[in-house]
Amino acid sequence: MTERSSHSMDKSITLPPDEIFRNLENAKRFAIDIGGSLTKLAYYSTVQHKVAKVRSFDHTAKTEGDPLYEISMQEEVSARLHFIKFENAYIETCLDFIKDHLVNTDTKVIKATGGGAHKFKDLIEKKLKLRVDKEDEMTCLIKGCNFVLRNITHEAFVYAKHADSEFRFQNTHPDIFPYLLINIGSGVSIFKVESEDTFERVGGSSIGGGTFWGLGALLTKTKRFDELLQLASKGQHTNVDMLVKDIYGGSYGSLGLTGDLIASSFGKSATPDKEFSKEDMAKSLLHMISNDIGQLACLYARLHNLTRVYFGGFFIRGHPVTMHTITYSINFFTKANFVRIFFLMGSSFFCLIHCYFFLLYLDPNQYSWGENYAGSSGLMSTSPDLNPMQRARSGTFDMLEMDRLERQLVNLPLLQDPSSYIPDTVDLSEDALAREYWLYCFEEALDGVVKRAVASQPDLPEAAERAEKFRHKYQHKLQTLRHQPFAYGSLTVRSLLDTREHCLNEFNFPDPYSKIKQGENDMALKYFQKVVKSLEELSWEQRQFALVRGLLAGNVFDWGAKAVSEVLYYSPLFSIERPWLVDAYDQWLERLKGPPHKCALFFVDNSGIDIILGVFPFVRELLCRGTEVRSYTVLPLISEKLSAVKEDRLTLVQSGSSSPCLDLSRLDKVLAGVVRERHVDLVIIEGMGRAIHTNYYAMLSCESLKMAVIKNSWLADRLGGKLFSVVFKYEVPPGHKTTTLDHVPVTPS
Amino acid sequence: MATKPSSFVAEQTHCCEFKTTLFLSLPIFLNLPINLSKHLLFPVPAFPWFGMDIGGTLVKLVYFEPKDITAEEEQEEVENLKSIRHYLTSNVAYGDTGIRDVHLELKNLTMCGRKGNLHFIRFPTQDMLGFIQMGRDKNFSSLHTTLCATGGGAYKFEDDFRTIANLELQKLDELDCLIQGLLYVDSVGFNGHPKCYFFENPSDPESENCVKRACCLDNPFPMLLVNIGSGVSVLAVYSKDNYKRVTGTSLGGGTFLGLCCLLTGCETFEEALEMAAKGDSSNVDKLVKDIYGGDYERFGLQGSAVASSFGHMMSKEKRVSISKEDLARATLVTITNNIGSIARMCAVNEKIERVVFVGNFLRINTVSTKLLAYAMDFWSKGQLKALFLEHEGYFGAVGAFLELLRTTDDL
Repeated sequence: MTERSSHSMDKSITLPPDEIFRNLENAKRFAIDIGGSLTKLAYYSTVQHKVAKVRSFDHTAKTEGDPLYEISMQEEVSARLHFIKFENAYIETCLDFIKDHLVNTDTKVIKATGGGAHKFKDLIEKKLKLRVDKEDEMTCLIKGCNFVLRNITHEAFVYAKHADSEFRFQNTHPDIFPYLLINIGSGVSIFKVESEDTFERVGGSSIGGGTFWGLGALLTKTKRFDELLQLASKGQHTNVDMLVKDIYGGSYGSLGLTGDLIASSFGKSATPDKEFSKEDMAKSLLHMISNDIGQLACLYARLHNLTRVYFGGFFIRGHPVTMHTITYSINFFTKANFVRIFFLMGSSFFCLIHCYFFLLYLDPNQYSWGENYAGSSGLMSTSPDLNPMQRARSGTFDMLEMDRLERQLVNLPLLQDPSSYIPDTVDLSEDALAREYWLYCFEEALDGVVKRAVASQPDLPEAAERAEKFRHKYQHKLQTLRHQPFAYGSLTVRSLLDTREHCLNEFNFPDPYSKIKQGENDMALKYFQKVVKSLEELSWEQRQFALVRGLLAGNVFDWGAKAVSEVLYYSPLFSIERPWLVDAYDQWLERLKGPPHKCALFFVDNSGIDIILGVFPFVRELLCRGTEVRSYTVLPLISEKLSAVKEDRLTLVQSGSSSPCLDLSRLDKVLAGVVRERHVDLVIIEGMGRAIHTNYYAMLSCESLKMAVIKNSWLADRLGGKLFSVVFKYEVPPGHKTTTLDHVPVTPS
Repeated sequence: MATKPSSFVAEQTHCCEFKTTLFLSLPIFLNLPINLSKHLLFPVPAFPWFGMDIGGTLVKLVYFEPKDITAEEEQEEVENLKSIRHYLTSNVAYGDTGIRDVHLELKNLTMCGRKGNLHFIRFPTQDMLGFIQMGRDKNFSSLHTTLCATGGGAYKFEDDFRTIANLELQKLDELDCLIQGLLYVDSVGFNGHPKCYFFENPSDPESENCVKRACCLDNPFPMLLVNIGSGVSVLAVYSKDNYKRVTGTSLGGGTFLGLCCLLTGCETFEEALEMAAKGDSSNVDKLVKDIYGGDYERFGLQGSAVASSFGHMMSKEKRVSISKEDLARATLVTITNNIGSIARMCAVNEKIERVVFVGNFLRINTVSTKLLAYAMDFWSKGQLKALFLEHEGYFGAVGAFLELLRTTDDL
């Protein structure tokens, strides 16, 4: 085996190391999964990156003019998982590459799984000088699947060929059990998964990806799997298959079988004197196998009474024809819509993921992980017809990177229906117009971001060079998304912002806005007492309106939105006149006349004029009414400022994310605990990112207030308003009892 | 539980039409001198008696040969009726492709007061037009008989029968016919023997201990009926006229033959089976032990189980050196196992323990019958029993034939 593979090895294969084995010099531990045709390699590395740390000065004895706090860049080490997938032909080249670049590891073991593990054991041990330790493949698969379903947003999607968007992604949810997993590798294995540790292989089939490949290669003389799929996508199966109408002349009405249904796969090819095209045969074969798998999936789902069915494995590979046929087949065989099927994007990484955790000796669910968009190559990068550009860049290598998050993430307990909650207001992968606009927007803004990134690190001369690398990377991601909107799951404004943040972090720009914010904070704090004082002089009713106004005004003066900077500098006239685009202020005021809320949860921005002069006075008023406030933000400094006023009834929690958007299904577990414990009965969400791009339609089981000024004319237009339209949405869940009149939830016209 | 309203309606319409035509042809009956009184009491349709099942690949024809023809009757018998009878009963092959399965012939049946033998004839559906033309040339329409036909071809070729041969078909639902035919043949037995069989010691299909044993379908209900023709239908049958189609698959006999033709260049089912009998599928299929080096114990998978059908064919070296026989065998095993797996799942879902396999895919196909017997037994840990019938593919045609007689009885 070894001998042969070394002969057939193409020595001219060069690996682009920057892109493929990223951070290899810091790799600590390895795991490898060698299947029949593909190898998946994982390693755990530590990543050093800079973070902005804030140090508050003791300002009890503060003198005028001193800065309130200091921001310093610090090196922080965090954990990252790298997953790489390549064809078995590259295995030796890859092992050589790893050997040459591996410097910092102290491990003696490489965990291995997959059928090929025993074949390549000697080669690996010889090359890497690591002992190969084998793990059970199926267990790895299930544990990996559980992990991925929990941690990768949009890992699973529903495929609908003729819908506006072919892919509808499922959000991550903590409740993933029970489900049926159909893993289509060379053969098919069917698992019933009931909990983290309870699962069994309930069945399988030998007709799988290997059958498609093997039989396809025999029939069409085409060697490669991807080429076969390409052939199939061009073929007409009706030339090869015997359809119901070929037998009946039409449909078989009494059984409800339509004429186009396949009665006998390859039924027309039982004749010696006809030639069949490769494309047609490949298509027929693909139909035969996909239909068969779909049918078995239905039979097993029914037998075990399971309604959620996940398909994964290399046969799927995000190939539309395959997914379409399987979906069609399931819909056909179940008639009633009781089975929900999902396809998994990174599914062939599963095995590996779990394998890796064995080697870490830690519980995979102790931490939460997030996909790093900067390092992942996205869906379908190996399907050349779908993604010619990506393929040209990184060949047959697929990558996925995941960062360990500092906290474990869970649902906000106040979501009305966690299973249907989708944070994002617009799915850009479904909405072509919106997608075009936002991709353009982010591309336009890129120059500014690069400039600000450089400016944020004036002491570092190589910052400019890094910033250019960042620009290149992010631009490439945007281009990929233009061609392939579903590359990383649903495309949303949030995912675009997150990708940008990941890319910035990648090149050590943890917070390009820190300098600006610092200046802003210092300035704003100086005015704080003055603002508070003037508010106190107003009547109760005047004050309430002034507070909301102030909050909204503050909302306008946050950084980054281009229109705002123009208004700031060129058009100082900005008024917030009612009625607003969405205006529930009267209901809110009415509510304020009632008893105080017990505890409010306030999602706000990190810092700036926004929070200090807008949010703080508002919070202060709530506190004065006797409401506890839990504020979810980034900067801890100002808590002191306020809690000095009102003892310990204010708590500030850092989100840890610098994204201006908010995913209520991935919140700090500690916060969720506090929400339950304190019986939070009011949730306030402020800002365009949190209340409009995301959560605009989020339904909560308690009162909620969503406030934002729309600082983007396109979006304002979309929502039926003008630039700087105000959204003030006060919602009370149906059946909710307050002492005031029942309020109707307000939705925009 | 689906009795199918639409087909019921259709049948009744047929009956009415049939009665009208029969009434018009009554003078013919009156001209027949034998057993006149009996036939007036129980009118029987005019000879010849046929039942036809026109499938995707094969046409199955059953023909009742009256053995109690009296001398007078023979004298009166019109010439072309006689010639049809002689042609069918004195040959075992018709043209290039028609074949009479002599070994299946059912002898000394009494039907509608007539004694005779039931013959089983088949020919490829692609020769259907030739058959219809023969009907025209022999002036079949002058016999005033009714042609009862089932299978998709009854619909597809209806117009051809009418325009070419001036013949009206009485179209019948193929699943109704299948079940009626099966129950009838089972009730009359196989020339004194039971016509049903199973395999003893199915767990070792390769060994000599795995032998055919005859048995009776004494109390046939409920049964899961798996009909393997070009495609496959799976029916749950609860009584004579209460059944439902549970599912079906397009991976059937047509797939086996179609793939074999493409892979090996063979031309007929017999040729394909002959090759398959000599081949070894483990050169083509990837077994569990090829991947794991042995059994996969954690999930109870034997090393000898097929992990990936045609899995070895992913490798170019193996593709180049593989024999046609091995490919034929692998195709057969793949299709058979898949049908077995679907049948087993349906049986469990429907809570039926007896699985009856019929259809022409099983004709002269011991590899598949043994494999199905093995699969039912092994995967159900002995819970399920696979049963087979000698007249594999002819039940639809028998059902159509019975319909011819039944509609007459109703008169």
